Amino acid sequence: MTADRILNTAGAWALALIWVLPLAYAIWTAVHPAAYEARFDLFAPLTLENFIKAWNAAPFGRYFLNTFVLVTVILAGQIVLCTFAAYAFARYQFPGRGVLFGLVLLQLLIMPDILIVENYKAIRLLDLVDTIPAIALPYIASGFGIFLLRQTFMSVPKELEEAAQVEGMSTLGILVKVYMPLAIPTYLAYGLVSVSHHWNNFLWPLIITNSVETRPVTVGLSIFSAIDSGVEWSVINAATLMTSGPLLLAFLLFQRQFVQSFMRAGIK
Amino acid sequence: MLRTRGWIHAWLLLLPGFVFLIAFTHLPALTTLWSSFFTTPRGRRPAKWAGLENYDTLIGDPIFWKVLWNNAIYAAGTIPLSIIIALVMALWVNRQLAGRGFVRMAYFTPTVLPMIAVANIWMFFYTPGFGLIDQIGGALGFGQTNILGSANSALFGVMVVTIWKEAGFFMIFYLAALQTIPTSLIEAARVEGAGGWTIFRRITLPLLMPTTLFVSINAVVNSFRMVDHIFILTGGGPDNASSLLLFYIYEVAFRFWDTAYAATLTVVLLVFLMILAIGQFFLFDRKVHYR
Repeated sequence: MTADRILNTAGAWALALIWVLPLAYAIWTAVHPAAYEARFDLFAPLTLENFIKAWNAAPFGRYFLNTFVLVTVILAGQIVLCTFAAYAFARYQFPGRGVLFGLVLLQLLIMPDILIVENYKAIRLLDLVDTIPAIALPYIASGFGIFLLRQTFMSVPKELEEAAQVEGMSTLGILVKVYMPLAIPTYLAYGLVSVSHHWNNFLWPLIITNSVETRPVTVGLSIFSAIDSGVEWSVINAATLMTSGPLLLAFLLFQRQFVQSFMRAGIK
Repeated sequence: MLRTRGWIHAWLLLLPGFVFLIAFTHLPALTTLWSSFFTTPRGRRPAKWAGLENYDTLIGDPIFWKVLWNNAIYAAGTIPLSIIIALVMALWVNRQLAGRGFVRMAYFTPTVLPMIAVANIWMFFYTPGFGLIDQIGGALGFGQTNILGSANSALFGVMVVTIWKEAGFFMIFYLAALQTIPTSLIEAARVEGAGGWTIFRRITLPLLMPTTLFVSINAVVNSFRMVDHIFILTGGGPDNASSLLLFYIYEVAFRFWDTAYAATLTVVLLVFLMILAIGQFFLFDRKVHYR
């Protein structure tokens, strides 16, 4: 029994070390002078110079602002639209319910991510190319969000709703005052998943933006690190960590909530 | 009267969501098919009806077959491996383990990083001569490698990065499922004299089936959808050796601006996803019987 346990612990740790190695290495190079990029010395001098260089070499401040606006707009839109739709599916009987719900589920497989050609045409038609709303629009209505909230709303006891109705509350009032407060854990979970997803999104923003004023950090980072003009690795690594920094920090601080949110989002 | 009012309420609640859902998912899926029957508009020349011309091009396009094959290898390599690793990770993290918090964090951290950042980090491993792989290899007396630069290994280099990024994500779902398995079940089996391996194979694994199904579908969709890292690691090269279908669609549409042909390629992608949707429908039906 104990041998089994030791073996498992060793395996788990070995894999964990392999798994952190890439990130640990990136952090190592980012906080040491370029001379130590490939030279390991426990007492190598620490420096923040790489971060300062990276920050000054590209308009990362603006990129961060763009990403921040982007994820906020998307999340706000998603919460409103998904709440309405989820409530309709959870509590109403109406013609077309099955078909419409099928269309919602279809978006879990056929995502806007792959429909780049036609969505680009649509955005051009709306004359919104190279704007932040253009990045957000395809993701505002989320099939995943509707599905998740519907499941939560369905578990709310009907008696609560009936009691509120007796008190003369309107439909909208019931939704906002009864259902939404009870679904806060789901909103939190969904919010974390949505923010990290759209913070990290790359292909669509790459296509639809072409100026500093709209570019999110992921696209900014790819442009910064694609320059072949001999930007030092340590500086690129610093930029890489910087762009993932806020998410990484949030994750390390709220690790338990993060993991639970992803778990909650995954179970039906 | 009251019933129709309920209907109208429901439809009004659905309206805003469906406007966006249809405008950016369902409608473009249909217009993709429509566009694939036309030529690409160029300058003042509008799109003309082309019939099946684009599909002729498709069948005769060696790059298309190449990226399709690449995508198949990519899926066949990354999906089972990342799922197995995810399962092993979940089983480990679910046990009593010294330093469990750190181990779980180590597994999960790649999930919160942007794929672009992940690619940048791995780039430093792969760089010929200078990267960590060559540093270690060099110290052990191996020659210089060029994993991403040679046609034989570029795709595998990309696949390793994908597995690294995805396994921790899938682990979460297994972890959630493992925690719902009643311990009484395991204890009962132990009383009956079942060993660890038997318990895993006869109890844990079957009970994890729905999760495996869910994770697999996710993984398949991702294998079509995630191409961000290719932009940094290889740019699809050398000679399309590491290009995937969606990456090729991007190149055709936004580098060569042949939108009609890009739409035709997207139709192929949509067909695969539709097959998956139908398959999932039947598989999930089976799952109900299973319970």
